[in-house]
Amino acid sequence: MALSTEEVRHIASLARLQLEPEEEARLAGELSAILDYVRQLEELDVAGVEPMTHALAGEGTPLREDEVKESLSPQQALANAPAREGTCFRVPRIIE
Amino acid sequence: MLPGPEDHRVSEAGLLELSIGELAAKLARREAASEEVTRLALARIEATDGRLGAFLRVTPERALEEARASDRRRSRGEARGPLDGVPLALKDILLTEGVETTAGSRILRGFIPPYDAAVAERLRAAGAVTLGKLNMDEFAMGSSTENSAYRPCRNPHDLGRTPGGSSGGSAAAVAARQAFGSLGTDTGGSIRQPAGFCGVVGVKPTYGRVSRYGVIAFASSLDQVGPMARTVGDAALLLGAIAGHDPRDMTSSERPVPDYREGIESGVAGLRVGVPREWFQGGADAGVEGRVREALATFERLGARLVEVELPHAKYGIAAYYLVATAEASSNLARYDGVRFGLRAEGKGLREMYGHTRDQGFGPEPKRRIMLGTYALSAGYYDAYYLRAQKVRTLVRRDFDRAFESCDLVAGPVSPTVAFPLGEKISDPLQMYLADVYTIGCNLAALPGLSVPAGMHAGLPVGLQLIGRAFDESTLLRAARALEREVGPAPAPRAIG
Repeated sequence: MALSTEEVRHIASLARLQLEPEEEARLAGELSAILDYVRQLEELDVAGVEPMTHALAGEGTPLREDEVKESLSPQQALANAPAREGTCFRVPRIIE
Repeated sequence: MLPGPEDHRVSEAGLLELSIGELAAKLARREAASEEVTRLALARIEATDGRLGAFLRVTPERALEEARASDRRRSRGEARGPLDGVPLALKDILLTEGVETTAGSRILRGFIPPYDAAVAERLRAAGAVTLGKLNMDEFAMGSSTENSAYRPCRNPHDLGRTPGGSSGGSAAAVAARQAFGSLGTDTGGSIRQPAGFCGVVGVKPTYGRVSRYGVIAFASSLDQVGPMARTVGDAALLLGAIAGHDPRDMTSSERPVPDYREGIESGVAGLRVGVPREWFQGGADAGVEGRVREALATFERLGARLVEVELPHAKYGIAAYYLVATAEASSNLARYDGVRFGLRAEGKGLREMYGHTRDQGFGPEPKRRIMLGTYALSAGYYDAYYLRAQKVRTLVRRDFDRAFESCDLVAGPVSPTVAFPLGEKISDPLQMYLADVYTIGCNLAALPGLSVPAGMHAGLPVGLQLIGRAFDESTLLRAARALEREVGPAPAPRAIG
Protein backbone atom coordinates (compact mmCIF):
# COMPACT_ATOMS: atom_id res chain seq x y z
CA MET A 1 0.00 0.00 0.00
CA ALA A 2 1.61 3.24 -1.14
CA LEU A 3 1.16 6.38 0.94
CA SER A 4 1.31 9.62 -1.02
CA THR A 5 3.32 12.61 0.13
CA GLU A 6 -0.05 14.35 0.53
CA GLU A 7 -1.21 11.70 3.01
CA VAL A 8 2.09 11.87 4.86
CA ARG A 9 1.65 15.63 5.19
CA HIS A 10 -1.88 15.14 6.53
CA ILE A 11 -0.74 12.57 9.14
CA ALA A 12 2.18 14.80 10.13
CA SER A 13 -0.26 17.64 10.66
CA LEU A 14 -2.45 15.44 12.89
CA ALA A 15 0.69 14.47 14.85
CA ARG A 16 1.87 18.11 15.04
CA LEU A 17 5.13 17.29 13.27
CA GLN A 18 6.47 19.98 10.97
CA LEU A 19 8.50 17.83 8.55
CA GLU A 20 11.04 18.89 5.96
CA PRO A 21 10.05 18.00 2.35
CA GLU A 22 12.80 15.37 2.00
CA GLU A 23 11.65 13.83 5.30
CA GLU A 24 8.10 13.60 3.94
CA ALA A 25 9.33 11.77 0.86
CA ARG A 26 11.47 9.37 2.88
CA LEU A 27 8.63 8.64 5.33
CA ALA A 28 6.20 8.01 2.46
CA GLY A 29 8.48 5.19 1.29
CA GLU A 30 9.24 3.76 4.73
CA LEU A 31 5.65 3.86 5.99
CA SER A 32 4.40 2.28 2.76
CA ALA A 33 6.81 -0.63 3.22
CA ILE A 34 5.73 -1.12 6.86
CA LEU A 35 2.03 -0.95 5.93
CA ASP A 36 2.63 -3.56 3.22
CA TYR A 37 4.15 -5.78 5.86
CA VAL A 38 1.33 -5.37 8.40
CA ARG A 39 -1.26 -6.17 5.71
CA GLN A 40 -0.59 -9.85 6.44
CA LEU A 41 -3.01 -9.46 9.37
CA GLU A 42 -5.78 -9.39 6.78
CA GLU A 43 -5.17 -13.14 6.19
CA LEU A 44 -6.56 -13.91 9.63
CA ASP A 45 -10.22 -14.49 10.35
CA VAL A 46 -10.86 -12.42 13.47
CA ALA A 47 -14.64 -12.62 13.38
CA GLY A 48 -15.92 -13.14 16.93
CA VAL A 49 -12.47 -12.58 18.49
CA GLU A 50 -12.49 -10.11 21.37
CA PRO A 51 -9.80 -7.42 21.17
CA MET A 52 -7.27 -7.58 24.01
CA THR A 53 -8.24 -4.34 25.72
CA HIS A 54 -6.91 -5.46 29.10
CA ALA A 55 -3.46 -6.98 29.05
CA LEU A 56 -4.33 -9.34 31.91
CA ALA A 57 -7.98 -9.89 32.72
CA GLY A 58 -8.66 -9.69 36.44
CA GLU A 59 -5.40 -7.89 37.27
CA GLY A 60 -4.87 -4.27 38.10
CA THR A 61 -7.29 -1.34 37.93
CA PRO A 62 -8.54 -1.70 41.50
CA LEU A 63 -10.50 1.31 42.77
CA ARG A 64 -9.29 3.43 45.66
CA GLU A 65 -10.84 6.08 47.85
CA ASP A 66 -10.82 9.56 46.37
CA GLU A 67 -8.74 11.41 48.94
CA VAL A 68 -7.00 14.76 49.09
CA LYS A 69 -3.23 14.18 49.10
CA GLU A 70 0.00 16.09 48.69
CA SER A 71 1.10 16.52 45.10
CA LEU A 72 3.83 18.47 43.28
CA SER A 73 4.09 22.11 44.34
CA PRO A 74 3.58 24.74 41.60
CA GLN A 75 7.32 25.45 41.79
CA GLN A 76 8.18 21.78 41.21
CA ALA A 77 5.65 21.47 38.42
CA LEU A 78 7.02 24.57 36.69
CA ALA A 79 10.70 23.83 37.25
CA ASN A 80 11.21 22.19 33.84
CA ALA A 81 9.04 24.57 31.82
CA PRO A 82 10.80 26.19 28.84
CA ALA A 83 8.94 29.44 29.62
CA ARG A 84 6.86 30.46 32.63
CA GLU A 85 5.31 33.48 34.21
CA GLY A 86 4.28 33.51 37.85
CA THR A 87 2.61 30.18 38.44
CA CYS A 88 1.71 29.66 34.77
CA PHE A 89 3.26 27.96 31.74
CA ARG A 90 3.90 30.61 29.11
CA VAL A 91 2.94 29.74 25.53
CA PRO A 92 2.80 31.68 22.25
CA ARG A 93 -0.35 33.67 21.59
CA ILE A 94 -3.29 31.35 20.84
CA ILE A 95 -5.97 33.83 19.77
CA GLU A 96 -4.91 36.24 17.04
CA MET B 1 56.65 -6.60 35.57
CA LEU B 2 56.62 -5.55 39.22
CA PRO B 3 54.42 -7.77 41.36
CA GLY B 4 52.86 -4.91 43.35
CA PRO B 5 50.68 -3.11 40.81
CA GLU B 6 49.93 -6.40 39.08
CA ASP B 7 48.51 -7.85 42.30
CA HIS B 8 46.56 -4.68 42.87
CA ARG B 9 44.96 -4.93 39.43
CA VAL B 10 44.04 -8.53 40.01
CA SER B 11 42.35 -7.79 43.31
CA GLU B 12 40.46 -4.85 41.82
CA ALA B 13 39.30 -6.88 38.87
CA GLY B 14 38.44 -9.59 41.38
CA LEU B 15 35.97 -7.40 43.27
CA LEU B 16 34.22 -6.21 40.13
CA GLU B 17 33.98 -9.81 38.91
CA LEU B 18 31.84 -10.83 41.87
CA SER B 19 28.14 -11.52 41.54
CA ILE B 20 25.79 -9.38 43.64
CA GLY B 21 25.30 -12.37 45.93
CA GLU B 22 29.07 -12.76 46.45
CA LEU B 23 29.59 -9.03 46.91
CA ALA B 24 26.76 -8.91 49.47
CA ALA B 25 28.47 -11.67 51.45
CA LYS B 26 31.80 -9.78 51.36
CA LEU B 27 30.13 -6.56 52.45
CA ALA B 28 28.32 -8.40 55.24
CA ARG B 29 31.60 -9.91 56.47
CA ARG B 30 33.16 -6.43 56.28
CA GLU B 31 35.84 -7.73 53.89
CA ALA B 32 34.99 -4.89 51.53
CA ALA B 33 33.30 -1.53 51.96
CA SER B 34 30.66 -0.12 49.64
CA GLU B 35 32.74 3.03 49.16
CA GLU B 36 35.70 0.95 47.98
CA VAL B 37 33.62 -1.09 45.54
CA THR B 38 31.80 2.01 44.29
CA ARG B 39 35.14 3.76 43.62
CA LEU B 40 36.32 0.72 41.66
CA ALA B 41 33.12 0.68 39.59
CA LEU B 42 33.42 4.43 38.90
CA ALA B 43 37.06 3.99 37.88
CA ARG B 44 36.07 1.13 35.59
CA ILE B 45 33.41 3.32 33.96
CA GLU B 46 35.93 6.14 33.61
CA ALA B 47 38.46 3.83 31.97
CA THR B 48 36.11 2.00 29.61
CA ASP B 49 33.03 4.03 28.82
CA GLY B 50 34.64 6.33 26.29
CA ARG B 51 34.81 3.27 24.04
CA LEU B 52 31.69 1.44 25.27
CA GLY B 53 29.07 4.20 25.53
CA ALA B 54 26.92 2.42 28.10
CA PHE B 55 26.26 5.51 30.22
CA LEU B 56 24.54 8.74 29.28
CA ARG B 57 25.28 10.20 32.72
CA VAL B 58 27.53 9.10 35.56
CA THR B 59 26.75 10.50 39.02
CA PRO B 60 29.94 9.84 41.03
CA GLU B 61 29.29 12.24 43.90
CA ARG B 62 25.82 10.94 44.53
CA ALA B 63 27.04 7.33 44.23
CA LEU B 64 29.85 7.86 46.74
CA GLU B 65 27.47 9.60 49.14
CA GLU B 66 25.08 6.65 48.93
CA ALA B 67 28.01 4.23 49.38
CA ARG B 68 29.24 6.00 52.50
CA ALA B 69 25.71 6.09 53.93
CA SER B 70 25.53 2.34 53.31
CA ASP B 71 28.86 1.76 55.07
CA ARG B 72 27.65 3.82 58.04
CA ARG B 73 24.42 1.80 58.25
CA ARG B 74 26.45 -1.38 58.19
CA SER B 75 28.82 -0.26 60.94
CA ARG B 76 25.75 0.50 63.09
CA GLY B 77 24.43 -2.99 62.36
CA GLU B 78 21.52 -1.54 60.37
CA ALA B 79 22.27 -2.93 56.91
CA ARG B 80 19.07 -3.29 54.89
CA GLY B 81 19.75 -6.57 53.12
CA PRO B 82 21.74 -8.03 50.24
CA LEU B 83 21.49 -4.97 47.96
CA ASP B 84 22.74 -2.53 50.59
CA GLY B 85 25.87 -0.88 49.20
CA VAL B 86 25.78 -2.67 45.82
CA PRO B 87 26.56 -0.38 42.82
CA LEU B 88 23.82 -0.56 40.17
CA ALA B 89 22.72 1.61 37.26
CA LEU B 90 19.38 2.57 35.72
CA LYS B 91 18.13 2.85 32.15
CA ASP B 92 17.61 6.51 31.35
CA ILE B 93 13.86 5.95 30.89
CA LEU B 94 13.43 5.67 34.69
CA LEU B 95 12.88 8.99 36.46
CA THR B 96 15.48 9.90 39.08
CA GLU B 97 14.74 12.84 41.32
CA GLY B 98 17.27 15.63 40.76
CA VAL B 99 19.22 13.69 38.09
CA GLU B 100 18.69 14.52 34.40
CA THR B 101 16.53 11.91 32.64
CA THR B 102 16.20 12.02 28.84
CA ALA B 103 14.96 8.62 27.61
CA GLY B 104 17.80 8.96 25.09
CA SER B 105 15.96 11.82 23.37
CA ARG B 106 16.98 15.35 22.48
CA ILE B 107 13.47 16.52 23.35
CA LEU B 108 14.12 15.79 27.04
CA ARG B 109 17.65 17.19 27.25
CA GLY B 110 18.03 18.97 30.58
CA PHE B 111 14.87 17.48 32.10
CA ILE B 112 15.31 17.12 35.87
CA PRO B 113 12.53 14.92 37.29
CA PRO B 114 10.86 16.19 40.47
CA TYR B 115 10.36 12.62 41.71
CA ASP B 116 11.77 9.08 41.52
CA ALA B 117 10.34 6.16 39.57
CA ALA B 118 8.87 3.54 41.93
CA VAL B 119 11.67 1.11 41.00
CA ALA B 120 14.36 3.71 41.79
CA GLU B 121 12.63 4.38 45.10
CA ARG B 122 12.58 0.66 45.92
CA LEU B 123 16.26 0.14 45.09
CA ARG B 124 17.15 3.18 47.20
CA ALA B 125 15.07 1.80 50.08
CA ALA B 126 17.04 -1.46 49.74
CA GLY B 127 20.25 0.55 50.16
CA ALA B 128 21.57 0.15 46.60
CA VAL B 129 24.07 2.64 45.17
CA THR B 130 23.17 4.22 41.80
CA LEU B 131 26.14 4.90 39.51
CA GLY B 132 24.21 6.76 36.80
CA LYS B 133 21.85 6.57 33.86
CA LEU B 134 22.23 4.14 30.99
CA ASN B 135 22.17 4.62 27.24
CA MET B 136 19.17 3.47 25.23
CA ASP B 137 17.34 3.82 21.95
CA GLU B 138 15.32 7.04 21.96
CA PHE B 139 12.10 6.42 23.95
CA ALA B 140 13.04 2.70 23.94
CA MET B 141 12.31 2.53 20.21
CA GLY B 142 14.89 0.30 18.63
CA SER B 143 16.83 -2.95 18.85
CA SER B 144 20.43 -1.72 18.66
CA THR B 145 20.80 1.45 20.81
CA GLU B 146 21.83 3.21 17.59
CA ASN B 147 18.68 5.33 17.93
CA SER B 148 20.09 7.04 21.02
CA ALA B 149 20.08 10.79 20.29
CA TYR B 150 23.39 11.08 22.16
CA ARG B 151 25.75 8.30 21.08
CA PRO B 152 25.65 4.66 20.10
CA CYS B 153 26.49 2.00 22.67
CA ARG B 154 28.80 -0.85 21.71
CA ASN B 155 28.93 -4.53 22.54
CA PRO B 156 31.71 -5.25 25.08
CA HIS B 157 32.39 -8.58 23.34
CA ASP B 158 33.05 -6.83 20.00
CA LEU B 159 33.11 -3.03 19.79
CA GLY B 160 32.08 -3.13 16.12
CA ARG B 161 28.75 -4.70 17.06
CA THR B 162 25.56 -3.58 18.74
CA PRO B 163 24.83 -4.49 22.37
CA GLY B 164 21.19 -4.84 21.25
CA GLY B 165 18.41 -2.55 22.34
CA SER B 166 16.60 -0.74 23.48
CA SER B 167 18.20 -1.42 26.91
CA GLY B 168 21.66 -1.71 25.28
CA GLY B 169 23.40 0.39 27.92
CA SER B 170 21.83 -1.68 30.71
CA ALA B 171 23.19 -4.92 29.21
CA ALA B 172 26.60 -3.57 28.16
CA ALA B 173 27.34 -1.96 31.56
CA VAL B 174 26.62 -5.20 33.41
CA ALA B 175 28.55 -7.38 30.95
CA ALA B 176 31.53 -4.99 31.02
CA ARG B 177 31.72 -5.09 34.84
CA GLN B 178 30.87 -1.38 35.15
CA ALA B 179 27.86 -2.18 37.34
CA PHE B 180 26.82 -5.29 39.28
CA GLY B 181 23.29 -5.13 37.94
CA SER B 182 20.92 -2.77 36.18
CA LEU B 183 17.32 -2.12 35.34
CA GLY B 184 15.94 -1.98 31.82
CA THR B 185 12.51 -1.88 30.23
CA ASP B 186 11.01 -4.34 27.77
CA THR B 187 8.16 -3.46 25.39
CA GLY B 188 8.93 -5.93 22.58
CA GLY B 189 12.16 -7.56 23.73
CA SER B 190 14.21 -4.60 24.94
CA ILE B 191 15.56 -6.41 28.03
CA ARG B 192 15.87 -9.96 26.68
CA GLN B 193 17.49 -9.17 23.31
CA PRO B 194 20.36 -7.02 24.68
CA ALA B 195 20.80 -9.50 27.54
CA GLY B 196 21.22 -12.23 24.92
CA PHE B 197 23.59 -10.15 22.78
CA CYS B 198 25.81 -9.19 25.75
CA GLY B 199 25.72 -12.50 27.62
CA VAL B 200 23.85 -11.46 30.75
CA VAL B 201 20.59 -12.54 32.38
CA GLY B 202 17.56 -10.35 31.67
CA VAL B 203 14.02 -10.72 32.99
CA LYS B 204 10.86 -9.21 31.48
CA PRO B 205 8.37 -9.70 34.32
CA THR B 206 4.66 -10.37 33.87
CA TYR B 207 2.69 -7.26 32.90
CA GLY B 208 1.60 -5.71 36.20
CA ARG B 209 4.34 -7.34 38.31
CA VAL B 210 6.56 -4.23 38.54
CA SER B 211 5.26 -0.67 38.94
CA ARG B 212 5.70 1.68 35.98
CA TYR B 213 5.16 4.78 38.12
CA GLY B 214 7.83 7.22 36.98
CA VAL B 215 8.75 5.21 33.86
CA ILE B 216 8.61 7.33 30.71
CA ALA B 217 5.79 5.72 28.73
CA PHE B 218 6.29 4.19 25.27
CA ALA B 219 3.48 1.64 24.74
CA SER B 220 1.47 1.38 27.90
CA SER B 221 -0.20 -1.99 27.29
CA LEU B 222 3.23 -3.60 26.74
CA ASP B 223 5.89 -1.73 28.77
CA GLN B 224 7.42 -3.49 31.77
CA VAL B 225 10.53 -2.85 33.92
CA GLY B 226 12.93 -5.67 34.74
CA PRO B 227 16.41 -6.55 36.00
CA MET B 228 19.64 -7.39 34.19
CA ALA B 229 22.50 -9.13 35.99
CA ARG B 230 25.41 -11.52 35.47
CA THR B 231 23.82 -14.46 37.28
CA VAL B 232 20.33 -15.88 37.56
CA GLY B 233 20.47 -15.56 41.34
CA ASP B 234 21.27 -11.85 41.05
CA ALA B 235 18.40 -11.32 38.62
CA ALA B 236 16.08 -13.06 41.10
CA LEU B 237 17.33 -10.83 43.89
CA LEU B 238 16.78 -7.64 41.88
CA LEU B 239 13.36 -8.77 40.67
CA GLY B 240 12.28 -9.39 44.26
CA ALA B 241 13.44 -5.90 45.21
CA ILE B 242 11.41 -4.10 42.51
CA ALA B 243 8.27 -6.28 42.23
CA GLY B 244 5.04 -5.66 44.08
CA HIS B 245 1.87 -3.65 44.18
CA ASP B 246 1.95 0.11 43.75
CA PRO B 247 -1.33 2.05 43.89
CA ARG B 248 0.26 4.76 41.72
CA ASP B 249 0.28 2.42 38.69
CA MET B 250 -3.27 1.34 37.91
CA THR B 251 -2.06 -1.76 36.08
CA SER B 252 -0.04 -2.91 39.09
CA SER B 253 -1.05 -6.34 40.36
CA GLU B 254 -2.00 -6.90 43.99
CA ARG B 255 -0.71 -10.48 44.00
CA PRO B 256 1.87 -11.16 46.71
CA VAL B 257 5.51 -11.36 45.56
CA PRO B 258 7.20 -14.72 46.21
CA ASP B 259 10.84 -15.02 47.28
CA TYR B 260 12.31 -15.58 43.82
CA ARG B 261 15.44 -17.18 45.24
CA GLU B 262 13.46 -19.87 47.00
CA GLY B 263 13.56 -23.14 45.08
CA ILE B 264 15.85 -21.64 42.45
CA GLU B 265 18.33 -24.52 42.93
CA SER B 266 15.74 -27.28 42.71
CA GLY B 267 16.44 -28.11 39.07
CA VAL B 268 14.22 -29.05 36.15
CA ALA B 269 13.51 -32.72 36.84
CA GLY B 270 9.88 -33.40 35.98
CA LEU B 271 9.41 -30.01 34.32
CA ARG B 272 7.73 -29.98 30.90
CA VAL B 273 9.59 -27.65 28.52
CA GLY B 274 7.54 -26.57 25.52
CA VAL B 275 9.42 -26.30 22.22
CA PRO B 276 7.43 -24.18 19.74
CA ARG B 277 7.59 -25.78 16.32
CA GLU B 278 7.43 -22.36 14.60
CA TRP B 279 10.64 -21.23 16.32
CA PHE B 280 12.71 -24.07 14.90
CA GLN B 281 11.95 -23.86 11.21
CA GLY B 282 15.21 -22.35 10.06
CA GLY B 283 14.38 -18.79 11.11
CA ALA B 284 17.42 -18.57 13.37
CA ASP B 285 21.07 -18.77 12.28
CA ALA B 286 22.54 -22.25 12.58
CA GLY B 287 24.99 -21.17 15.30
CA VAL B 288 22.20 -19.72 17.43
CA GLU B 289 19.89 -22.67 16.89
CA GLY B 290 22.77 -25.01 17.77
CA ARG B 291 23.32 -23.46 21.21
CA VAL B 292 19.57 -23.37 21.84
CA ARG B 293 19.18 -27.05 20.92
CA GLU B 294 22.10 -27.92 23.22
CA ALA B 295 20.35 -26.07 26.05
CA LEU B 296 17.18 -28.05 25.39
CA ALA B 297 19.21 -31.27 25.40
CA THR B 298 20.71 -30.18 28.73
CA PHE B 299 17.24 -29.72 30.20
CA GLU B 300 16.32 -33.19 28.98
CA ARG B 301 19.46 -34.72 30.46
CA LEU B 302 18.60 -33.05 33.77
CA GLY B 303 15.22 -34.76 33.83
CA ALA B 304 12.93 -32.30 32.07
CA ARG B 305 10.57 -33.52 29.36
CA LEU B 306 10.59 -31.73 26.01
CA VAL B 307 7.11 -31.25 24.56
CA GLU B 308 6.46 -29.92 21.07
CA VAL B 309 3.95 -27.08 21.13
CA GLU B 310 2.46 -24.84 18.47
CA LEU B 311 2.24 -21.06 18.35
CA PRO B 312 0.42 -20.72 15.00
CA HIS B 313 -0.07 -16.96 15.32
CA ALA B 314 3.52 -16.21 16.32
CA LYS B 315 4.35 -15.09 12.78
CA TYR B 316 1.74 -12.33 12.98
CA GLY B 317 3.24 -10.96 16.19
CA ILE B 318 5.51 -8.34 14.63
CA ALA B 319 2.72 -6.89 12.49
CA ALA B 320 0.31 -6.71 15.43
CA TYR B 321 3.02 -5.28 17.67
CA TYR B 322 4.03 -2.49 15.31
CA LEU B 323 0.42 -1.32 15.11
CA VAL B 324 -0.40 -1.54 18.83
CA ALA B 325 2.94 -0.14 20.03
CA THR B 326 3.02 2.73 17.54
CA ALA B 327 -0.61 3.68 18.17
CA GLU B 328 0.05 3.86 21.92
CA ALA B 329 3.36 5.68 21.36
CA SER B 330 1.70 8.33 19.19
CA SER B 331 -0.64 9.04 22.08
CA ASN B 332 2.00 8.87 24.85
CA LEU B 333 4.43 11.11 22.96
CA ALA B 334 1.78 13.79 22.40
CA ARG B 335 2.85 15.28 25.75
CA TYR B 336 6.16 16.51 24.29
CA ASP B 337 4.85 19.79 22.99
CA GLY B 338 7.29 22.38 24.31
CA VAL B 339 4.99 23.61 27.07
CA ARG B 340 5.55 21.84 30.40
CA PHE B 341 9.02 20.32 29.99
CA GLY B 342 11.73 19.60 27.47
CA LEU B 343 12.76 21.34 24.31
CA ARG B 344 10.84 24.31 22.88
CA ALA B 345 11.56 25.59 19.39
CA GLU B 346 10.41 28.99 18.22
CA GLY B 347 7.41 29.40 15.95
CA LYS B 348 4.76 31.91 15.01
CA GLY B 349 1.80 30.94 17.17
CA LEU B 350 1.15 27.80 19.19
CA ARG B 351 0.67 25.37 16.33
CA GLU B 352 3.90 26.24 14.60
CA MET B 353 5.75 26.07 17.94
CA TYR B 354 4.40 22.51 18.46
CA GLY B 355 5.39 21.47 14.95
CA HIS B 356 8.94 22.83 15.12
CA THR B 357 9.52 21.58 18.68
CA ARG B 358 8.51 18.04 17.76
CA ASP B 359 10.36 18.09 14.44
CA GLN B 360 13.61 19.21 16.10
CA GLY B 361 13.20 17.22 19.32
CA PHE B 362 12.38 13.74 18.00
CA GLY B 363 14.82 11.59 16.04
CA PRO B 364 13.86 9.53 12.96
CA GLU B 365 12.55 6.42 14.75
CA PRO B 366 10.12 8.15 17.15
CA LYS B 367 8.90 10.24 14.21
CA ARG B 368 8.35 7.12 12.13
CA ARG B 369 6.42 5.47 14.94
CA ILE B 370 4.38 8.54 15.79
CA MET B 371 3.43 8.78 12.11
CA LEU B 372 2.54 5.09 11.81
CA GLY B 373 0.56 5.16 15.07
CA THR B 374 -1.27 8.34 14.16
CA TYR B 375 -2.20 6.79 10.82
CA ALA B 376 -3.36 3.53 12.46
CA LEU B 377 -5.63 5.47 14.82
CA SER B 378 -6.88 8.04 12.31
CA ALA B 379 -10.44 8.26 11.02
CA GLY B 380 -11.37 5.35 8.79
CA TYR B 381 -8.35 3.21 9.69
CA TYR B 382 -8.91 2.40 13.39
CA ASP B 383 -10.89 -0.82 12.75
CA ALA B 384 -8.61 -2.03 9.98
CA TYR B 385 -5.39 -1.54 11.92
CA TYR B 386 -5.51 -0.95 15.67
CA LEU B 387 -8.65 -2.96 16.44
CA ARG B 388 -7.60 -5.85 14.20
CA ALA B 389 -4.15 -5.89 15.83
CA GLN B 390 -5.75 -6.05 19.29
CA LYS B 391 -7.80 -9.04 18.15
CA VAL B 392 -4.68 -10.75 16.81
CA ARG B 393 -3.17 -10.16 20.22
CA THR B 394 -5.96 -12.23 21.73
CA LEU B 395 -5.08 -15.02 19.27
CA VAL B 396 -1.40 -14.83 20.25
CA ARG B 397 -2.39 -15.07 23.91
CA ARG B 398 -4.65 -18.07 23.22
CA ASP B 399 -1.72 -19.84 21.53
CA PHE B 400 0.28 -19.55 24.73
CA ASP B 401 -2.68 -20.58 26.92
CA ARG B 402 -3.06 -23.71 24.82
CA ALA B 403 0.68 -24.42 24.92
CA PHE B 404 0.69 -24.15 28.72
CA GLU B 405 -1.91 -26.94 28.89
CA SER B 406 0.88 -29.35 27.94
CA CYS B 407 4.01 -27.63 29.26
CA ASP B 408 5.22 -25.52 32.20
CA LEU B 409 7.34 -23.09 30.20
CA VAL B 410 8.30 -22.42 26.59
CA ALA B 411 11.93 -22.32 25.43
CA GLY B 412 13.61 -21.07 22.27
CA PRO B 413 16.00 -18.50 20.85
CA VAL B 414 15.95 -14.87 21.99
CA SER B 415 17.04 -13.52 18.59
CA PRO B 416 17.60 -15.04 15.15
CA THR B 417 21.28 -13.98 15.17
CA VAL B 418 24.10 -13.08 17.51
CA ALA B 419 24.86 -9.35 17.95
CA PHE B 420 24.93 -7.75 14.50
CA PRO B 421 27.43 -5.12 13.31
CA LEU B 422 26.64 -1.47 14.01
CA GLY B 423 25.08 0.14 10.96
CA GLU B 424 23.85 -3.13 9.46
CA LYS B 425 20.11 -2.58 9.97
CA ILE B 426 19.84 1.09 10.86
CA SER B 427 18.87 2.22 7.37
CA ASP B 428 16.12 -0.41 7.02
CA PRO B 429 13.50 -0.05 9.78
CA LEU B 430 11.59 -3.17 8.79
CA GLN B 431 14.73 -5.36 8.98
CA MET B 432 15.35 -3.96 12.47
CA TYR B 433 11.76 -4.80 13.50
CA LEU B 434 12.15 -8.38 12.25
CA ALA B 435 15.01 -8.93 14.72
CA ASP B 436 12.33 -8.98 17.46
CA VAL B 437 10.47 -11.96 15.99
CA TYR B 438 10.90 -14.30 19.01
CA THR B 439 10.53 -11.76 21.82
CA ILE B 440 7.38 -9.89 20.84
CA GLY B 441 4.80 -12.61 21.57
CA CYS B 442 5.64 -12.57 25.26
CA ASN B 443 4.80 -8.84 25.48
CA LEU B 444 1.65 -9.15 23.37
CA ALA B 445 0.46 -11.92 25.70
CA ALA B 446 1.57 -10.02 28.87
CA LEU B 447 3.61 -13.04 30.02
CA PRO B 448 6.95 -13.20 31.85
CA GLY B 449 10.07 -13.91 29.78
CA LEU B 450 13.75 -14.32 30.45
CA SER B 451 17.03 -14.50 28.59
CA VAL B 452 19.88 -16.58 29.98
CA PRO B 453 23.34 -17.21 28.47
CA ALA B 454 23.39 -20.51 26.56
CA GLY B 455 27.00 -20.47 25.33
CA MET B 456 28.92 -18.69 22.60
CA HIS B 457 28.87 -18.71 18.82
CA ALA B 458 31.72 -17.15 16.80
CA GLY B 459 32.99 -15.47 19.97
CA LEU B 460 29.62 -13.85 20.75
CA PRO B 461 27.01 -14.76 23.37
CA VAL B 462 23.83 -16.66 22.51
CA GLY B 463 20.77 -16.29 24.72
CA LEU B 464 18.11 -18.87 25.50
CA GLN B 465 14.64 -17.44 25.94
CA LEU B 466 12.17 -18.88 28.44
CA ILE B 467 8.54 -17.76 28.60
CA GLY B 468 6.22 -18.75 31.42
CA ARG B 469 2.67 -18.56 32.68
CA ALA B 470 1.50 -15.21 34.01
CA PHE B 471 3.18 -14.47 37.37
CA ASP B 472 5.28 -17.64 37.21
CA GLU B 473 8.69 -15.95 37.06
CA SER B 474 9.87 -18.51 39.65
CA THR B 475 9.74 -21.44 37.22
CA LEU B 476 11.68 -19.44 34.60
CA LEU B 477 14.39 -18.55 37.13
CA ARG B 478 14.60 -22.13 38.34
CA ALA B 479 15.07 -23.47 34.80
CA ALA B 480 17.55 -20.71 33.92
CA ARG B 481 19.56 -21.51 37.03
CA ALA B 482 19.65 -25.19 36.07
CA LEU B 483 21.15 -24.24 32.70
CA GLU B 484 23.56 -21.77 34.30
CA ARG B 485 24.88 -24.51 36.58
CA GLU B 486 25.72 -26.56 33.48
CA VAL B 487 27.04 -23.99 30.97
CA GLY B 488 28.12 -21.26 33.38
CA PRO B 489 27.73 -17.52 32.87
CA ALA B 490 29.05 -16.00 29.63
CA PRO B 491 32.82 -15.35 29.71
CA ALA B 492 33.99 -11.85 30.64
CA PRO B 493 34.06 -9.69 27.51
CA ARG B 494 37.57 -9.17 26.17
CA ALA B 495 37.05 -6.36 23.67
CA ILE B 496 36.86 -3.71 26.36
CA GLY B 497 40.02 -4.71 28.27
